[in-house]
Amino acid sequence: MPRKQAISLTVNGEIRELLVEPRELLIHVLREGLGLTGPHIGCETSHCGACTVDMNGGSVKACTVFAVQADGAEITTIEGLGSPGALHVLQETFREHHGLQCGYCTPGMITRAHRLLQENPRPTEAEVRFGMAGNLCRCTGYQNIVKAILAAADRMAAMQEAAE
Amino acid sequence: MIAAAFEYHRPVDISAAFGLLADHGSAARVIAGGHSLIPMMKLRVTAIDHLVDLRDVAELRGVEVSGDRVRIGAMVTQHEMIAHAGLAAAAPILREAALQIADPQVRVRGTIGGNLANGDPGNDLPAVMQCLDAAFTLAGPRGRRTVAARDFYRSAFVTDRADDEILTEVTFARAPGGHAYEKQKRKIGDYATAACAAVVAKTGDRVSAAAIAMTNLADRPVWSAAAAAALVGTSGDAAAISAATAAALAAIDPADDNRGPAAFKRHVAGVIIGRAIARALSRA
Repeated sequence: MPRKQAISLTVNGEIRELLVEPRELLIHVLREGLGLTGPHIGCETSHCGACTVDMNGGSVKACTVFAVQADGAEITTIEGLGSPGALHVLQETFREHHGLQCGYCTPGMITRAHRLLQENPRPTEAEVRFGMAGNLCRCTGYQNIVKAILAAADRMAAMQEAAE
Repeated sequence: MIAAAFEYHRPVDISAAFGLLADHGSAARVIAGGHSLIPMMKLRVTAIDHLVDLRDVAELRGVEVSGDRVRIGAMVTQHEMIAHAGLAAAAPILREAALQIADPQVRVRGTIGGNLANGDPGNDLPAVMQCLDAAFTLAGPRGRRTVAARDFYRSAFVTDRADDEILTEVTFARAPGGHAYEKQKRKIGDYATAACAAVVAKTGDRVSAAAIAMTNLADRPVWSAAAAAALVGTSGDAAAISAATAAALAAIDPADDNRGPAAFKRHVAGVIIGRAIARALSRA
């Protein structure tokens, strides 16, 4: 049995030192090692995007990254975006626009949408649909997810303007 | 799904990577973005005892566009290629094709080197590189050599690369003219049912140069010299496009699979090749 390896991750702003087997996936280490059960395991075959987290400023599917590959990385999960008392703008707009039904895909959707709006703060509807292509939802038909993301872009732009 | 146990190595230079490959032989495998390899490891279709991650090898990174030469390090991700303005100007087909690979998350991890070296006939970039007449640099214990993209692919997952070699970079000359990558797929993120890369240049009202290559229509990417020859010297009218399409179709050998029977793929290929050539011409 190969030795465990020490890795260091910065997760939601906190440095976490961990001992992992090389074959452990990032999603398993986040969920089982660190108790961050926001990112979900859906298909586990890199199709559905429920496990999406932010890694070094890009969206990745944590079911298709070994935790050892993430050594030294900065990771943000849904837990790092907002909290029940202080929702992220995307969490507010997903609630307002009914951008979810069962909610299983939602943490991945919001974490991906967060990165999409960092890369393109004022996307068109087509750009939102293209940018969200790696996240599947089997309930909503996507209409309200797209509305929620466009509404969040509007609100974030208004907040930015007010701050300037 | 949990992969079988393995040892993980992350060498910081290429000679250390060669050392690991020499020490462990067929029990070792390099990993780039891992989005073909990790799923196979999780399914336990592929057993690897030593995984050699190329992420920290600096010489495998970087994009350089100087004069009319382009160099792309093997570990450059599809996401990085899409975002690189100089690359998009020098070879617009690369950005157009890369945007049609998988989905945004996969493109953040997926690399050009992995897409080219893996030898999966469904991968999009091999046909693009054949169209651009790119050269692949392979480095190994016996030194470095370059192989033309048009000579690299032998059959599904079998290429000219030896097990102890690493594809380090891709180089090509800026290709003047109009570029297009046309891809038919069942859903966004899918591999192609049929795809075609076309680069066409015109001098005055005549086609002066052309290159046509196709994805997932045989057990390897297919570059068709005859399709290009059917275009050069013509005005690029409908008759020329249909002659070039017929020549390209003569070079493919699609197989029945879950994307449809071979006859269907041949039909789709005819539509896609014609569209790719017409779009490249419209931009020439």
